[in-house]
Amino acid sequence: MKILNYSSRALVLILAATLAIPAWTQTATTTSYAIQGGKVFTLAGPAIENGTVLIRDGKIAAVGAGIAIPADAQVIDATGLEVYPGMFDPVTQIGLNEVSAVSATLDVSELGDYNPELVAATAVNPASAHIPITRANGITEVIAAPGTTGFDLQSGGLIAGQASAFNLAGWTMDEMQINRSVAMVINWPTIQTRTFDFASFSFKEKPYADVKKEYDKSVNALGDWMDRARHYAQAKEKGSPALYERDLKLEALVPVVEGKLPVLVIADEARDIRNAVDFCTRQNLRMILGSGAEAWKVKELLKDKKIPVVLAPTNRLPEQEDTPYDKPYTEPSELVAAGIPIAFSSFGTAFSRRLPQYAGTAVAYGLPHDEALKAVMLNAAQIFGLADQLGTLEARKIANVIVTSGDPLELQTQVRYLFIRGQLASTDNKHRELYEQYRKRPQPAR
Amino acid sequence: MKRATFCAAVLLFAACAPMATRAQNPGTIFIQNATVLTVTHGNIEHASILIRDGKIAAVGADLKAPEGAAIIDATGQYVMPGIIDCHSHIAVDGSVNEAGPAVSSMANIADVLNPDDINIYRDLAGGVTTANILHGSANPIGGQTVVIKLRWGKPASELPFQGALPGIKFALGENPKHSNFEPPPGVQPRYPATRLGVEEVIRQAFIEAREYKKQWDDYNQRKSAGEQNLIPPRRDVRLDPLVEVMEGKRYVHAHCYRADEILMLIRVANEFGFKVRTFQHVLEGYKIADEIAASGAGGSTFSDWWAYKMEAFDAIPYNAALMADRGVIVSVNSDDAQEARQLNQEAAKSMKNGGLSANDALKLITLNPAIQLGIDARAGSIDVGKDADLAIYNHDPLSVYAVVQKTLIDGQVYFDRQRDIAGRATLAAEKQTLLDKEKKAAEAKKAEEKSEKKPETKPGQKKKPPQDGGGAVESGVAGGSR
Repeated sequence: MKILNYSSRALVLILAATLAIPAWTQTATTTSYAIQGGKVFTLAGPAIENGTVLIRDGKIAAVGAGIAIPADAQVIDATGLEVYPGMFDPVTQIGLNEVSAVSATLDVSELGDYNPELVAATAVNPASAHIPITRANGITEVIAAPGTTGFDLQSGGLIAGQASAFNLAGWTMDEMQINRSVAMVINWPTIQTRTFDFASFSFKEKPYADVKKEYDKSVNALGDWMDRARHYAQAKEKGSPALYERDLKLEALVPVVEGKLPVLVIADEARDIRNAVDFCTRQNLRMILGSGAEAWKVKELLKDKKIPVVLAPTNRLPEQEDTPYDKPYTEPSELVAAGIPIAFSSFGTAFSRRLPQYAGTAVAYGLPHDEALKAVMLNAAQIFGLADQLGTLEARKIANVIVTSGDPLELQTQVRYLFIRGQLASTDNKHRELYEQYRKRPQPAR
Repeated sequence: MKRATFCAAVLLFAACAPMATRAQNPGTIFIQNATVLTVTHGNIEHASILIRDGKIAAVGADLKAPEGAAIIDATGQYVMPGIIDCHSHIAVDGSVNEAGPAVSSMANIADVLNPDDINIYRDLAGGVTTANILHGSANPIGGQTVVIKLRWGKPASELPFQGALPGIKFALGENPKHSNFEPPPGVQPRYPATRLGVEEVIRQAFIEAREYKKQWDDYNQRKSAGEQNLIPPRRDVRLDPLVEVMEGKRYVHAHCYRADEILMLIRVANEFGFKVRTFQHVLEGYKIADEIAASGAGGSTFSDWWAYKMEAFDAIPYNAALMADRGVIVSVNSDDAQEARQLNQEAAKSMKNGGLSANDALKLITLNPAIQLGIDARAGSIDVGKDADLAIYNHDPLSVYAVVQKTLIDGQVYFDRQRDIAGRATLAAEKQTLLDKEKKAAEAKKAEEKSEKKPETKPGQKKKPPQDGGGAVESGVAGGSR
């Protein structure tokens, strides 16, 4: 590792951070930093050579070249380094999933098909080992989405609950939380005639007609829920509390039918996406498409309806046997070229740290590099209505900043400094600790 | 059902798809002006590789193309040895697990190779040329395994890597003890259910195998001494592979996670006088790297997978580098058809996590797995005399921006990105023709059934439920099978 030139005060501070105490940040009360001398990629304009980012009280105070450094600021020398907004992984199970195969550690999927009143933030574990591990790779904020499937084969209901956005550092969820409810998660039903049955460990075939009937039933039920939520909202608006019974599920759906809370609809197949778009259009819902493995087949529709896509990991197999081998790799560039906003996402927990790899792979297959940066840093903030707080290095935004050894999408790039909510966060984590512990193991005597 | 025919059509189509890229006879091929990553003797700029009859005939910066050689211009591109995936389950027809008995050594993956698995082509397009096709991890002693080359388009009989020793899968920990799933209703849980039992199953099997081997050794000895009318011992196909393990004719590839179970297997192997060839996954290998190195076993691991089950909770992305630092021969494998397409990226992570050099990172997916599979005289580096198994990238393969342009096996181009892209329109048209035909046939059949049935419907005769006709086919197009 390169020897860095800190001011002496900063040196003490870094030592405190790296020798840490299992704290997420140093315990000093510093509230002001100046990241100086690096190439600053604000994502709100051209890159600034030899730029400065001033941080104060958790927010970005100023960004530019030749900015005066306040006397009380801790100076971080970023000479030869690059400065970016932190990365944002918008569909994860972080905090809700510790060990995928151990059900006691999972709070991802509730029983029942319709759980709009459930909110991820309720059960996000701020002490999860995944949090420091993920942020060490430059991801500074995530959304935990209940009922989403990741690496862990979870699935949870049609209306799975509300997704919560939070920063990946803090002592409690109250401190970490950015927005308790950023989207209602809907797992769009799919017509699957062939499903894997874990009990018999084999594939089971069902007649198409039966599966279609189940599918129609689910879609109708979703429509009923939205209709009832509208009626509930009317009753609430017009009646006195005595005239209607309080219903937590319908109450949770009111912002959805009023268009205040977007729906994150998880769908992959073109047919399902089309049906979901049709449904959301008829119901007048603000749709965000999640996963979208075949979004490339319905580009015109998505563009026309202005539906952004949170993409399943780029590094995945093609949907169909005859889908071009590189379609998952080229899909991001195709969508961007069609004018559809995209954000990369891990849809997982342990693989959240692979987020830059997913973006990098898309660049290899045609996505412009600057678009890829936006799609891991800025776009998710825009898609989920958080762009006033996150996504670029601009004054008044939350100071989630990464200082890297180079291109943040490249595999060998190191995150040298990490600021979350304006505090210098530790890049220590369970993995690094185990590494340090065992690399020092003496050779056993023979 | 219509869907079946549809699937058959798609299969046929998919099988045809990349056939266009199949290479002609191996003759003399000259790859010129590339950055050649030899792995054994550094990187050579503006270098050429001469291939004759499927073997590397020369490598260097001052070669001239022989008369009549097929030229592959690789100006600005990088050539590395074809990637060797030490843990794969592609090209297998059906399940990879013979999950019933705790010892399923009689089952052989080589018997169920499926040359039409599209993942062969997809992995080939990720630069993979050789893969260790393993049985699953449901049993302490699993089925027999086979090393293949990804010769897409060739029949199953031509996939195996000739001369590579066969293997057998062992498995320790949560999978063989069935920790993470319940048996179906009415089915008794299978022994073993603890790591204690896993050891017992392996030891018991080798006690039997040792006894069985002795019977054969005695028989053979007496026979060669000239004794007449001997009755040979009864052949046991379950114990034969274990005898081969003890005789060093078959490699043990042991799925494992925790340090304790790895040490357990080293002890058991010592007891019965065999060696574990590779510890697979070996996510806690970094905790006992010295012991693994001393045992002579290799470690074949993931780059950064962790926390997907309890025994993977102490997995660290520094595992490969730390084991390598302590003298273990380490490879990074995929265990997954997608991960195999990005093994170059996964190898690069060990530079960031643990500080391996670029060349040592490349070794994780080339020379080291070749050593682990005992094929390093034939593959794993760009050296004269080795098989011309090569991957050509447009950038440094350790960069996330690298894209495979061509993959060669035995000097033949089995994947060519430009040819793949150029062929897509034809294939799409061909698919549409097949679909149209299918639809027409379905409609014709429907019409025929209608006209036949009309006059003959009698009261009381059961009416056939409507079959999935054109509608189902249409839905199938959008992916009803997933």
